Amino acid sequence: MAATAPRLAVWKFASCDGCQLSLLDLEDDLLAVAGAVEIASFPEASRAVGPGPYDVSLVEGSITTPHDAERIQDIRRNSRILVAIGSCATAGGIQALRNFHAVKDFVSLVYAHPTYIDTLATSTPISEHVKVDHELHGCPINKRQLLELLNATLNGRKPVISPHPVCTECKRKGIVCVMVAQDLVCMGPVTHAGCGALCPRYQRGCFGCYGPSDAPNTAAFASSLDFHGLPPEASVRLFRSFAAGAPEFRDQSLAIEESAKRSTSSKAGH
Amino acid sequence: MVPLGVGDLAVMRPDELSGLLAAIQGRGYTLLGPTVRDAAIVYGEIAGADDLPIGWTDEQSPGSYRLTKRSVGTFFGYAVGPHSWKATFHRPELTLWQAERQENGGFTIHEPVPQTARVALIGVRACELAAIRIQDRVLLEGPFADPHYAARRRDVFVVAVNCTEPGATCFCASLGTGPSVGSGFDLALTEVVTDTEHFFVAEIGSSQGAEVLGEWPVDRASRSQIAEATARTQAAADRMGRSVDARDVKEVLARNLENPRWQETADRCLGCTNCTQVCPTCFCTAVHDLTDLSGRTATRVRQWDSCFTRSFSYVHGGSVRRSGMSRYRQWLTHKLSYWADEFGSLGCVGCGRCITWCPKGIDLTEEIAAIRALDQR
Ligand code: SF4
Ligand code: SF4
Ligand code: SF4
Repeated sequence: MAATAPRLAVWKFASCDGCQLSLLDLEDDLLAVAGAVEIASFPEASRAVGPGPYDVSLVEGSITTPHDAERIQDIRRNSRILVAIGSCATAGGIQALRNFHAVKDFVSLVYAHPTYIDTLATSTPISEHVKVDHELHGCPINKRQLLELLNATLNGRKPVISPHPVCTECKRKGIVCVMVAQDLVCMGPVTHAGCGALCPRYQRGCFGCYGPSDAPNTAAFASSLDFHGLPPEASVRLFRSFAAGAPEFRDQSLAIEESAKRSTSSKAGH
Repeated sequence: MVPLGVGDLAVMRPDELSGLLAAIQGRGYTLLGPTVRDAAIVYGEIAGADDLPIGWTDEQSPGSYRLTKRSVGTFFGYAVGPHSWKATFHRPELTLWQAERQENGGFTIHEPVPQTARVALIGVRACELAAIRIQDRVLLEGPFADPHYAARRRDVFVVAVNCTEPGATCFCASLGTGPSVGSGFDLALTEVVTDTEHFFVAEIGSSQGAEVLGEWPVDRASRSQIAEATARTQAAADRMGRSVDARDVKEVLARNLENPRWQETADRCLGCTNCTQVCPTCFCTAVHDLTDLSGRTATRVRQWDSCFTRSFSYVHGGSVRRSGMSRYRQWLTHKLSYWADEFGSLGCVGCGRCITWCPKGIDLTEEIAAIRALDQR
């Protein structure tokens, strides 16, 4: 390792650690990464936390507590480049389902002593709290994309990470569209690429874990779901999974609920 | 018996198809052909006639494709599927070159040698031959020929098939690109199944085709066999599900750039890019520069791209086609209007793939009809 190697730090907020593990998962490339940077902090690998400042901070997880909301400010101040990794850090994660409900109701159901729990009403992405330089989507992130991001950052270039829909990956790989050929529900047309079309490759519909693609037409997609006979509750659930808090998916799920409510009340009126 | 030559018609029994494919393989060609995989008839490497979709067919409609079994054991009783031969010649992903940093601060460039693929395409339809001709015009015959495409196109044996089972989304007849093949093949087969017989009429399109067929004794097709074959392709032309009036479609689209239909369609369009990627003539790509971790090596790669993405029209300051409306309009006007100004033909061969494989079932023949109905002359 060169004396001037850039210092890399990995941080965890509300998350499952799966994205951090993608770093360890780099296997052969991990040695090259370890040779190119000084790993100053990486809780998944070592408890020692080196002092800042850091050249690159990888931030996993969403902000769900007042304490975390302060901690991320600190990390931002100490980081030259801050990268949010994974659906939690970029969209609030599955825990953003709380954003659609009153969190204190859950707390009193789950915990014997709710007063010990100090939590925020919402789960929010890192970008709602501090400036984020790059985002890596996915639950978990794809290790090739992580490597590309580190690589681009270390070389001072723009990472090659396409915001196109998953369908572009299906087509380049020659995967037969599961929606057209098997009538499976697939979120691919509105979902950010990067996974290599993992689900369609195994004859499953994409469930949208990467969150919205660039300029998705979620309304047109939702009307297809309706057309294919999916009940509104099921359509809402599709938009409300790992990227429930991403604005395009959140707004579409609310719009489906709203229009379902309107149609029931108009039916009730007859 | 006088040996068969170019233009002659022979007759083959179904069990001779294996021998024919083996003879082609024997000349060093890798066989690529239709085969059943993942609930569809796709193109892939096949070992022989047994890998063909024997007894399978497809039911197609806008946004829907269903693989179904037929009661007869036909080899070519289906229309085109999700794949096209485009992927064979115009690769979805390709490394263009690599640059390596030198100690003295300069760099050296390594260009991969364009790979020739000695492939035999089995079961190429008329619309697909037309599409290959269009891509040749674009990628080979312009001022800057693509060396990778050129290399992959160089050594190809084509066994074409005349369509007898058009798909419901096909409209080649109205564009004059099918359903019977005209030229550009080594052999062209018409599969005939009657109550009592199953045979192929094989037209010889090249001396190589004649040589392959001459490896075992084949008979000339009789007058009645030829008539049976011709009747079937004629019937396919008459049964085609859709059509486009090709006479003035170029002008109609060109004068309707502000037609209200564009916005209506854009409201339905997902911008998912599927139409462009399944289209056998769409050729657009994006290039990306990658590095290795140390920054010593840079690699330029090329990938299929689509005018349905915003980044496609990105220039300094942003994207030119910001709205879904402008992107949908770009696709249709390019394919069926100003392609003619650039390359001397329409950019559509009527294969119907973009209709079947659009998850929203947006049908360009219907779009053109709707624009005509509101023609802003
Ligand atoms: S399977 Fe899903 S992601 Fe793939 S092309 Fe079809 S809709 Fe798109
Ligand atoms: S535009 Fe559609 S019908 Fe025409 S060649 Fe392309 S995919 Fe086929
Ligand atoms: S396939 Fe259909 S929905 Fe997708 S971009 Fe093309 S026209 Fe739009």
